[in-house]
Order: sequence, then structure tokens, then C-alpha cells
Amino acid sequence: MPTTPSTNPSQVPLHQRRAAKVDRLAELMGERGDEGHGAGVWREALQRMRRSPMAITGAAIVALFVVVALLSEFIAPYGATSQTWGGEVFPNRNEFVGPRAENWLGLDHLGRDMFSRMVIGARQTLLVGVVATLVGFLFGALLGGAAGACSVLGGRWGRQVDNVVMRVIDMMLAMPTLLLAVTVAALVGPSLTTVMVAVGVAQIPIFARLLRGAMISQGSREYVLAAEALGVRRHRIALTHILPNSMGPVIVQSTLTLATAIIDAAALSYLGLGNPDASSPEWGTMLSEAQRFLSSAPSLAVYPALGIIITALGFTLLGEALREALDPKLRK
Amino acid sequence: MTTSTPLLAVDELSVVFHRKGQGETRAVDGVSFTLEEGRVTGLVGESGCGKSVTSLALMGLLPDRGVKVGGSALIRLPDGEQDLLKVSQRRMRDLRGSQLAMIFQDPLSSLNPVVPIGVQVTEILSRHRGMRGAAARREAADLLQRVGIPDPTRRLGEYPHQLSGGMRQRALIAMAVACRPKLMIADEPTTALDVTIQAQILELLRDLVTEEGTALLMITHDLGVVAGLCDEINVLYAGKAVETAPRGPLFADPAHPYTVGLLGSIPRLDAPRGEPLTPVRGSVNDNIAWADGCAFAPRCDHYTMECLQGPPPLVGASGDEEGPGHIHRCVNPVGRAGPDRPEPETPAAASEEERG
Repeated sequence: MPTTPSTNPSQVPLHQRRAAKVDRLAELMGERGDEGHGAGVWREALQRMRRSPMAITGAAIVALFVVVALLSEFIAPYGATSQTWGGEVFPNRNEFVGPRAENWLGLDHLGRDMFSRMVIGARQTLLVGVVATLVGFLFGALLGGAAGACSVLGGRWGRQVDNVVMRVIDMMLAMPTLLLAVTVAALVGPSLTTVMVAVGVAQIPIFARLLRGAMISQGSREYVLAAEALGVRRHRIALTHILPNSMGPVIVQSTLTLATAIIDAAALSYLGLGNPDASSPEWGTMLSEAQRFLSSAPSLAVYPALGIIITALGFTLLGEALREALDPKLRK
Repeated sequence: MTTSTPLLAVDELSVVFHRKGQGETRAVDGVSFTLEEGRVTGLVGESGCGKSVTSLALMGLLPDRGVKVGGSALIRLPDGEQDLLKVSQRRMRDLRGSQLAMIFQDPLSSLNPVVPIGVQVTEILSRHRGMRGAAARREAADLLQRVGIPDPTRRLGEYPHQLSGGMRQRALIAMAVACRPKLMIADEPTTALDVTIQAQILELLRDLVTEEGTALLMITHDLGVVAGLCDEINVLYAGKAVETAPRGPLFADPAHPYTVGLLGSIPRLDAPRGEPLTPVRGSVNDNIAWADGCAFAPRCDHYTMECLQGPPPLVGASGDEEGPGHIHRCVNPVGRAGPDRPEPETPAAASEEERG
């Protein structure tokens, strides 16, 4: 029998020819398989979001808002407190200066450029939204995560811990968000920090409940049982198995919370609990100031209101799109 | 091997679920069997017969609320004999993964979707064998290689959804055998796989059992799997073993009508065209309490009044050359002499009855 590869294919043993064919096939399939290499749940979600007009609109609004907020010094043509003097403010008695070439959105009652104040206010609004969401996220996730982990893996004793933590959370949840925020703000005194902490604290129970619920539902999944069947330690199961799988809804909630936080912060500022410093205007504060001139100059209220509405809408659209993209029912 | 004491001796295992507002459910009702090193024991039955609950009870994975586990499961461990049903939670955690391992039905849901395969394999190595870093990764790659996963180093970095069904089950088996467990429980490991992959996985399990001398408890409803893999078979019905036999006698000469029914309901290639399948009548819910008689009686084609007089005892199958290993729980065994009870009142059978 010839063992050397012959030019005549029929002389090569059948199994060798087959092996060569299979190898070639494996090679080709290997190349193709590499395309999806490393693609995780999040990458898949991102791809789905790129096809969704809702997500694109939301992302565009949010991107615009963030860029304006970050670059407000360079975009704003005037300072937040620089005023136009004298008769310029009210060229015709009792009539506010409307939009014109120098002041795109006109002047407010103190002769300050509305466009500049809106742009600078964007930064304050973003700051409040992000910090408040972070506060809610961090403490909420900590409490909810601990409660969830105890409930799933802690046995009898763990369920007691979970019970206690969740009853405290329920008490917080029972209080209306705004009332809770007002209470905190009233206790600490009006300032930007107050608004951020107050709005953040009000979000804690939502994050806590959400993460705990997700962890408990993940806890009954088979891979947790499989990990337990292999003796993996409980804290490791909680941290590397259950927690990463439970973060999806919490991350979606953060995007939605950003919208709520912006509205809540504006509400607190409107109620006079925000930063009283005129040099760092916040859209809610501007709204509250504009209230006095609602009949003579409604546009002073319209601009900040539009700002709040559009930004909140942007975050909500983005959050909803993210939720849809991550929804396992809509996958595949 | 068969002459030595068994690795695991399960005796009168019972699992009772208590639910508020409802009566208790006896999911497992006095099941006894033994597992030996290097052999495969099958636990066969339809859904709800208690086979999965048996495995979870042995692994100590049943919830701690509303469940009562009775009986004993003595296992021979390096540091002496222990009762799996009595050891502490902490000790059980150490045993699981190192001495006992379990393979589940659906490989996709048994793997964490957001954690790479490599991490999931190495975490067991670090937990039970104290391996870290590069050494653990090397060992993990070796394990994947051993269970027949090509290009294991690359696979370590991949996520479960990037693997095929067969690969996933192989990865799970690699995790299960990572610490060379003495006892492995496979709960329908091939149900979620297609037939060709099924054969490969069964072959892999068979090889691991013979090479490592692991005892494998195979839980399945598929008699085809049983025929190809198991040395010893326990047929479960409504929480009790109704027939126990080595593979040969069970298929050649089944005694219990339920076993006969199961065998009869397998589609056959050599059956004449158009011949209907003969399923077992009714469903697993159509049964009576074992205390009142044979639970299978309502679905049985040849039950008699005797079947409804208390729980039928376990008896040796008469007319069987390999008699001692073949026992069943039927008063009118199929293909046995007439409707009269074989060895009706032997002392052994009577004591069996009292205990059950």
C-alpha cells in the first residue's frame, strides 16, 4: 500500500481524504465563527438599539445635552450673571427683550442673556441628575444586593436579614418621592448638594427593590443550582454569578432615573430648596423666577420648561430603548 | 468491584414536601439502591416519579423549608463512611464538586450566560484544589481537552452562547469531573441535545466512568439511554422503585407491568408500518396512595383485587436465571406463573412491608 500522498486521489485512503476534507471544512467554519467572537449580551443589545429610531432619538438628545453641559463655558456667549444695563432691558416699558441677534433667546427680568443662562443651567441640571442617580444607584444597589444575596443564599437566617432590610426599604418607598426629597432638603437647608442628596435618597428604595427582585429571580435559575452542586462558595455565587446577571434592569432604571431626577431636582429648585446662588442657575430655579412674569413674558418660563421636558424625554427614550433591547422576550 | 461494599448505599430514602394549606406530598417514598465504583446505575421513570428529587436529596440541594428527608445514604469517603443526608451544610459544600458532582439537563441554562467558560471551570479548581492563575487555566484547558472540546485555550475565553449544545454539555461535564469526584449524578444529561450529540455525550460519560472508576447515577426517562449505558436499572413509579434489575434481565424479561408498558411505548423501527404506538394508559396523576395498594393499579391492564390490599412488597423475580439482582414490586408479575403471588409471605418480604 502506498503511504506517501499520491497525485491520484483514488490512491489516497478514503479516511485520509475524508480527514482532509473535514479539516478544510473546520478551517472555513472557524473563520466564519470568529465574527461573533466575544459578542456578549450588551453588544447584541447595542446592535439592536442602532436599528431603533427611539434609541437614536434619545441618544441624540442626551448627547446634545451632555455636550452642551460639558462645554457650557465655551458655548455661552455671556456670563450667567452679566447684565445688560439701563434702558436696554426694557426699551419699551414693561416689555421684555425678545430674541434678537445679540441675545438669541432674549433677556430676562434682570437683563441677563437667557441663552447663556440656559446653557450654563444645563450643566447644573446634568450634575444634579447624575449625582442624584449615582447616590440612589450606589446605596440602593448596596442595600438591595445585600438583601437579595442573603435571601437567595443565606438560608433561614439570611431570609430574616432580607426581611428587615426590605421592610426599611418599604417604609422609604411608602413616602412619596418628592415629599421625601423635600424633607431631606428642609432638614439640611437649601443648596445644590441638598437637592442632589434629596433626589438621590428618594431613588434608593427603587434601586434596592429592583436589584433584590432581579437577584431573587436569578437565584432560582439552573446555573445557580449547578454552581451550588459543584460546591462554589456562596459569596462567590452571589458576586460572580447572580449579580452580573441581575444588573440589566438596574442599569435600565438608572437611565430612566436620570430623567426623573432632573424633573425632581427642577421641582425642588422650583420650591425654593435649590441653590440660591444666581451665578449657577438651574432650570428649576429659572422656572420659579420666571413665574412672576408669566403674564408679561411667558417665554422666560417656556425655555427652561422645554429644556427640562426635552432632556427628560431624551433619557426616557434612551432608557426605554435599552430596556427593550435587553428584553429576553424580544431577543432572537 | 461488585463484591466489595458499595460506594453509596441509599436505604429507604424518602422526601416529603409540606405546603401550607395542602396535604403533604410524598415525592420519594422509600427508595433503596446502591451505587458502585466504575458502574452506571439508572433511575428511570416518567415526569413526577421522583427521580430528580432523589438526586437533589442526595446532593443536599433541596430547599430547607417545607421538605422532610428520611432514610439514609451511606457513602464511602476517603475519611470514612458518612451519611449524605445527615452531614452539615458546611461539610456538604466541601463535598459537592470534590466528591460529588452533578450534571443537569439543560446545558445552556446550567452555565452562567455572562461569565466566560474559563472562569466557570477555574472557579471549581480554585475552590476545591486551591489552584490559581495560570496553573488553573492550564488545568482547565486540559479538562476541556479531555472531554473532547477542540481548541480548548480559545474556548476558555468564550461565553456559553458561543458554544454549541454538545460543547456546553461537555464543558459542564468537564466542570463536574474537575476534581475527580467519586460519585456523579447526571440528571437527564442528553434530553436537550439532538440524537447524534446524545450518543457522543453518553460515550464520553461511559469512558469517564470506566477510566476514573466514578460511580454514575443516571437519571433519565429514555430507555434507549438506559440500554446503552446503564449496568443496573431502577424503575421508579410514584416515588417507589417498582423494579430493579441488571440491564440484561430488565430488557429481556421485565416483570412489572409498568416496565413492560414503558418498553412497549418506545417507537420501533422494525414495527410494521401503520401500527399504532402502545402508550401506558392515563397519566402519572392517575394513581392511588401506596398505602392503599399498588399506585400503578389504575393504569394497569391486569390488576386484581390483591393489588388493592396494601402496598405490594418487593419480591425476587421468579423464573429468572439471574434471580438475586432482579426484584420487583408486583403481585401479578408479567410473564410469571399465573395470578398467584410468587413467594407471597416470605419473612424478608413481610419485613419490607412493615418498613415501607
